Amino acid sequence: MSLRSILSGAFSWSYFVAIYVFIFLPVAVLVLFSFQDGTLPIPPFNGVTLKWYAEVFTDPKLMSALGNSLNVAFLSSLLACLLGFCAAYGLARFRLPATALQRILLTAPLTVSYLIIALGLLVLFNWAGVRLSLWTVGIGHVVINLPLCFAIIYASMGEHQKNTERAAQDLGANGIQVVLLVTAPMLMPSILAAFFLSLTFSWDEFIISFLLSRFDVTLPVEIWSLLRSGLNPKTNAIGSIVFLTSSVLLVALEIFVFRAGSGK
Amino acid sequence: MTADVRLEKITKTFKDFTALSEIMLDIEAGEFIVLLGPSGCGKSTLLSIIGGFLSPSSGRVFIGDKDMTGVPPSIRPTTTMFQDYALFPHMNLRDNVAFGLRMRKLGRRERGLKADEFLDLVGMKASAVRKPHELSGGQRQRVALARALAVDPDLLLLDEPLGALDMKLRRQMQDELKNIQREIGTTFIHVTHDQEEAMAIADRIVVMNDGVIEGCGEPVDIYMRPQSIFTAGFMGEVNFIPGKVMSKDALEFAIETALGSMKIPIDAFSAGTPTPGEKTMLCIRPEQLHPSSEHTVHAALCQARIIDGAFFGTHFRCHLQPVTAPELILVAHMPQSAQLRVGETIDVRVKSGDIIALPSNHSMPNHETM
Repeated sequence: MSLRSILSGAFSWSYFVAIYVFIFLPVAVLVLFSFQDGTLPIPPFNGVTLKWYAEVFTDPKLMSALGNSLNVAFLSSLLACLLGFCAAYGLARFRLPATALQRILLTAPLTVSYLIIALGLLVLFNWAGVRLSLWTVGIGHVVINLPLCFAIIYASMGEHQKNTERAAQDLGANGIQVVLLVTAPMLMPSILAAFFLSLTFSWDEFIISFLLSRFDVTLPVEIWSLLRSGLNPKTNAIGSIVFLTSSVLLVALEIFVFRAGSGK
Repeated sequence: MTADVRLEKITKTFKDFTALSEIMLDIEAGEFIVLLGPSGCGKSTLLSIIGGFLSPSSGRVFIGDKDMTGVPPSIRPTTTMFQDYALFPHMNLRDNVAFGLRMRKLGRRERGLKADEFLDLVGMKASAVRKPHELSGGQRQRVALARALAVDPDLLLLDEPLGALDMKLRRQMQDELKNIQREIGTTFIHVTHDQEEAMAIADRIVVMNDGVIEGCGEPVDIYMRPQSIFTAGFMGEVNFIPGKVMSKDALEFAIETALGSMKIPIDAFSAGTPTPGEKTMLCIRPEQLHPSSEHTVHAALCQARIIDGAFFGTHFRCHLQPVTAPELILVAHMPQSAQLRVGETIDVRVKSGDIIALPSNHSMPNHETM
């Protein structure tokens, strides 16, 4: 081997290591110090204990926030997927006025910062007299996830499926049967992808949850209020749990959606 | 079941483009009809109108004497076999075939049995629980056919169903389609741009071009006695020799061409008898030109020089340059046994009954598949 190829090999390996260290070191540190046997999540590392996890799981406020987060994530993602699917189906299959403009309007919220969306919703809810609750948080999450669901599902609707839907019609299926028995099952990989992505986004989301909730809060908001009283290995433990949940969702997405989809 | 079809003055326009103009067609119950034409001729549009996926701008569609013009596809007694098969990817083959029966509220067990019956008809019963993506193109084709037939349609519409298959498989599927159609007796309307496929399966061929019907008849008639220059050219290779009608006696016309004066019998004019002075186009198929060594009973057409030749297995395909009209290049299929040398001048003969004469004011086909 020439010196040149050794050098370039060494460079690409160090680049590879550097990029993953850059991405995952903070998470690794977070997870590591969640096991800290001491009261401060900072070096030196004193030893391993699960006591902070025990504290998390016995903290009623954290546990109810975790439940709230799951509920909000699940229901808002379901609704975002349903609405996104309907919008995509309508725009892909029917001749509607100003299709291009409608597509832009539907996806535009993707480019608006969550803070602005949250402020807008806050003003709107105040004006309409809607009390802040987990429901308003859920509505906020539908607002941010609907464009994503729409974009993912719309992108997967092609001409090929159109003929398959026609075949179903031709064999006697009515409009609703076509959608339920043919279109939705055919698009299931992209619908699931949209659902799982919405789930992770809603699960992690802070700004909207913070501004649009009052007494019942989601997990990120609860973590934030914990942080106000200073760093503590318990916050690391709950942070690790949040991270683990997101990872599980991503792995599920990979296995059930992308893996299954690539088999065809 | 089976039904007849009547198309009455079907016209379809898209903005300022006329896809079909005043199509009139009667199809008998149990017929195997092929709509044949180049891409863009309107054949698929016509099929969509019969199936109910498009509505005509004007005109009416009757199936089994019922006016079906405004009836949606789900209620028509028709099913369509799509070019891309359009199988349901998430269902196994049995569920695919049973789908139409399920829509007709048949019980699970009953429709499963009936689906198996139709899978058996197309030779796919052993794969009933497989998914479409596990199958080859030809197998998907069969399942699509079984699915379309399982609901017992009066009329099966086939939209270039064999287009994606390779040559050998296509021939095999053509035979199978023909056999299945004979067995079940359903009216089939099949769209294709392949004239050999049309001749292989059709009871009657409908040749279309630019939104009108150019010719309609049994394969032999369409090939041997075309009624338009377009049909003649689209159905296979043909030599066009322009001429002028000079005079007529009881049985023959005298035609003046670049190859000299010829006597053409009256029944050669398949699109109607001309009047003297009119232009005409003589059509001679390459296989109807013979070298002088055989068939000495045939009339001499001209003397021609062989420009080139290639062996095609069943024949030699040669380009010939007539001595008296060097600008008119003829294509001839000479027998396998012919001893032909490029550059040689031969006597070219033709049976005068083989020549067809057509009015020459029609457009020539642009046929890419030949």
